[in-house]
Amino acid sequence: MIRLEKRPQPSKAWSLATPLVAVLATMIAGGLLFAALGKDPVEAIRTIFWEPLFGEFSFYYRPQLLVKGAPLVLIAIGLSLGFKAGIWNIGAEGQYIMGALFGAGVGLAFYPFEAWYIFPLMVIAGGFGGWIWAMIPAFLKVRFGTNEILVSLMLVYVAEQFLASMSLGLLKNPEGHGFPGSRNLQQYDSAHNAELIAGTGMHWGVVAALIAVIFAYVLLNRHMTGYHIRLTGEAPRAARFAGVNPTRLILFCLGTSGMLAGLAGMFEVTGPSGQVSIDFNVGYGFTAIIVAFLGRLHPVGILLAGGLMALTYIGGDIAQSNLQLPSAAIQVFQGMLLFFLLAFDLLTNFRISLGKTEVA
Amino acid sequence: MKLTNLMTSAAVALGLATAALAEDPTKVGFVYVGPVGDGGWTYEHDQARKAVVEEFGDKVETVYVESVAEGPDAERVITQMALQGADLIFTTSFGYMDPTINVAAKFPDVKFEHATGYKNADNVSTYSARFYEGRAVQGTIAGHMTKSNVVGYIGSYPIPEVIRGINSAYIHAKKVNPDVEFKIVWAFTWFDPAKEADAAKVLIEQGADVILQHTDSTAPQAAAQAAGNVITFGQASDMAEYAPSPRVSSIIDNWAPYYIARTQAVMDGTWESKSTWDGIGAGMVGIGEITDAVPADVKEAALAIKASLADGSYHAFTGPLNKQDGSAWLAEGETADDGTLAGMNFYVEGIEGDIPQ
Repeated sequence: MIRLEKRPQPSKAWSLATPLVAVLATMIAGGLLFAALGKDPVEAIRTIFWEPLFGEFSFYYRPQLLVKGAPLVLIAIGLSLGFKAGIWNIGAEGQYIMGALFGAGVGLAFYPFEAWYIFPLMVIAGGFGGWIWAMIPAFLKVRFGTNEILVSLMLVYVAEQFLASMSLGLLKNPEGHGFPGSRNLQQYDSAHNAELIAGTGMHWGVVAALIAVIFAYVLLNRHMTGYHIRLTGEAPRAARFAGVNPTRLILFCLGTSGMLAGLAGMFEVTGPSGQVSIDFNVGYGFTAIIVAFLGRLHPVGILLAGGLMALTYIGGDIAQSNLQLPSAAIQVFQGMLLFFLLAFDLLTNFRISLGKTEVA
Repeated sequence: MKLTNLMTSAAVALGLATAALAEDPTKVGFVYVGPVGDGGWTYEHDQARKAVVEEFGDKVETVYVESVAEGPDAERVITQMALQGADLIFTTSFGYMDPTINVAAKFPDVKFEHATGYKNADNVSTYSARFYEGRAVQGTIAGHMTKSNVVGYIGSYPIPEVIRGINSAYIHAKKVNPDVEFKIVWAFTWFDPAKEADAAKVLIEQGADVILQHTDSTAPQAAAQAAGNVITFGQASDMAEYAPSPRVSSIIDNWAPYYIARTQAVMDGTWESKSTWDGIGAGMVGIGEITDAVPADVKEAALAIKASLADGSYHAFTGPLNKQDGSAWLAEGETADDGTLAGMNFYVEGIEGDIPQ
């Protein structure tokens, strides 16, 4: 009989080991899945994890890892602050959209005027767009005690409607023959978030993601606000006695995560994506939730987790193309990662004991 | 740019390798926006891919990636196919337009075919189908069949392609039934069974007994079946599982002849960049079997209009036609030019409501 015993202290070793064990378990279970589909499991796993990093065309895929990983890391860092304190922003996808709309809107308002200050203004507008969208659930929570999970999630769908409306109306390219979508910002130098060094994939969004990792690390380890965040998450009662102001903490956590999501959207729309279109958002805001947990809500962990998720996306596409694996199998594979992570997480707080059952 | 050089040399190296092995199959890549099992848009593109395989056998190798998001993901997937030696790549969604152009600039020796777009290059062709011709046939049937004189229309996005379809259906419904009225619901999705079912239910509640759809799932067919006494048309694929009723006919996207011809052109070295916009005549737009739920005389009228569109004796947009605001558009006997049709952003006279902006 297998039983679970609660550990007196969460296990430090398991806390660090679970992400690795989860990745290994995903490889094994995923391999079985691919084998069941009649594909060579070793080849499939190798294609997903090895090909983008060291394969024949890795000179192209490695920069793409930065492009794909940067928005995930940027958003996940913001989310992790709130998650640590038990403040659940599920609507990063909406904040990402609003950041992109605000940023692109400012840039397009200047079109075709060229000036150095346009891009910085767009950055500010993008951050503001995400921030203000996150302030809605924050304000409703502190003022009326609404549930921020529901409100922030519902606002994603509102943001999507805004996106469709903007693509078809206000921001539509006047030279686009009536088709939806804005002008391509890649062709507007002052507003283009170009690669800083050609061929590296390094754009301002990647820089911002790295700065956010350092910022979050310092905040959580060296700053009073970071201490309050951790305290609130780990011991809410103690936090109240310690004089933590919950209202300020909610506004700070939701605001920061909204701003970072907005920045991610803004860097995406001005760089890799290039234009506001109806299908601009591809789920970074939701995937970032997985990244935040996969990274144990730790800034460095999130950086690594973002890289890993990007790897599974890029490797997954290669596997689809080379091995004709269905995309659903790749999605199942990615889902397994979170599933195993949560499952093995149990071992941090519980220990499995094999032995005789005790009579209750 | 260093990367461009690297890619070009990689592509050249692959090109040389291909030339060295004369028996090497032609590699054709397909990028899909939905899953191959969507039963509509992507399904038909994949059917055409299979037709290419059937036609050329060992001489061709096809690869595809499904559910590729428009934007940077598409650019990466297209680049990846080009890097891995594809000779010809079909990108099958409007949103792949700029990514296709970007990648094509880096791989001058690879041929690209972009569906439904308007940007061409030396190695990028565009192709689309005159689905509005199929809408003319549907409109004719709808106008005859409706008893409530209310026809429901599920629009996806208010883009020229969809507006063209609404106008064409309305013109031909009105022609056979002057009392007909169109109710239009915008779903703002190409494929979302739940939203499409809701839209269909709303239209049926408002008295519609004919539902036309520009979305790709079979959910509206299911909603019509549940309501009874409502007829529908298959969209993108035949949706024959709902025949003979509620599905009484369908518009079928038939890309196979085009895909086979273009693959053949690459094999022969005769491929050239061009814009193709084919209709019923060329076989790109198919009309699914009109079932017995439609009276014989109505079926005859529908087939007659289909035949006249196919042989070119009739154009679906023939004057006199006014715009919604009453201003003149086409004079008696005048037909619409392709430029106006491609960017169509207005309703014709008689349709109520505004195009969402």
